[in-house]
Amino acid sequence: MRTFDAHVRNCLSCSADALTRVQMKRAIQVAGKRYTPSAEFRKRMQQKIAAKPRRSLGLGWTLAATAAAIIVVGTLTSVYLGTRSGRNQVFSEIADLHVATLASSSPVDVISTDRHTVKPWFQGKIPFAFNLPELQNTGFSLLGGRMTYLDQTPGAHLIYDVGKHHISVFVFQERSLPARLDKDPVSPNQLTFNMETWTQGGLRYFVIGDASAANIDSLAKLFKVAS
Amino acid sequence: MPHFERLYNFACWLTHDREEAEDLVQETYAKALKGFASFRPGTNFRAWIYKILRNAFLSSRTGLKQTAMVPLDLEDEEEILPAVEETPESILLRRSDGERVQLALEQLPLAYREILLLCEVEEMSYREISDALAIPMGTVMSRLSRARKTLGEGLRLQLQKG
Repeated sequence: MRTFDAHVRNCLSCSADALTRVQMKRAIQVAGKRYTPSAEFRKRMQQKIAAKPRRSLGLGWTLAATAAAIIVVGTLTSVYLGTRSGRNQVFSEIADLHVATLASSSPVDVISTDRHTVKPWFQGKIPFAFNLPELQNTGFSLLGGRMTYLDQTPGAHLIYDVGKHHISVFVFQERSLPARLDKDPVSPNQLTFNMETWTQGGLRYFVIGDASAANIDSLAKLFKVAS
Repeated sequence: MPHFERLYNFACWLTHDREEAEDLVQETYAKALKGFASFRPGTNFRAWIYKILRNAFLSSRTGLKQTAMVPLDLEDEEEILPAVEETPESILLRRSDGERVQLALEQLPLAYREILLLCEVEEMSYREISDALAIPMGTVMSRLSRARKTLGEGLRLQLQKG
């Protein structure tokens, strides 16, 4: 995966192809989640499934009860796996957003190294406010920012430089996110990139990039102090 | 009810009719309960129940009509060339709003529509898609590639019409 990532960064055609795939996936995801069942249909289905025939206990009833128990276990397993996969999906999407933005010909919508320019740019575009840290003498520099979406939740995407590495910082409202996330930082071994995530003041922050874990942690600390 | 909303959404995309989709979902759960003995523990429950829904659809009147409308050179291998700089598809996607993408999805042949939904909306792995559609993994990949291309062409036609 690291080899692939390194290649995509340096190959214009492959990075454009990767960007197209990410954009298409997002477009289809949004367009595809179109239909929701009515409350009436849901109730009807629940009643049908809950209804049990009144008969004396016999083999058929025992088998039906066993099947129902297995389906409950299957449901709970699906829910557990769904929750875990929902969390992994959020992390995976954050990584996708990071890669897709860097591959874009215009990675930021507001180009500025000044946090006093970037912060007000987001006003009116996202339903929350957040603070950007002072970067003097830290080794980090701000490149700019853009609006972004995580499963239709609007948020802020900031891009920083440290050395030759780009780091993305994403900020979303915690309550709007599609999956519950652990409070603990994600282990770097689980992801291609180094990432740190936390909640503060009702906002969920993600700091992600191929910079060292120490640099990711340093930038995260700067945001925690500023917030 | 496991996967209820997602199954309903998928059924609507297959049938283009909410009432028919409701019948399909009901039939799916009934068959799942009845045929649970055929589910092998340790295998993928989601792929199994989607397979039931899809098979129920294919044997329905709408399903038979849609699958009769072939043809698709689904297994033809075509070299997919890498894009150069910003691709026509990425430009189209940037310019296409949600409604255009929905319309383009609706207009896709069934085989392309269902595989895109399973991959991009349900986020099934290739293995799960292979199980749900009962097709080899290689066919999953080639069909997905063609489906994306066809969707892009559909969006292009819409934008040309204005």
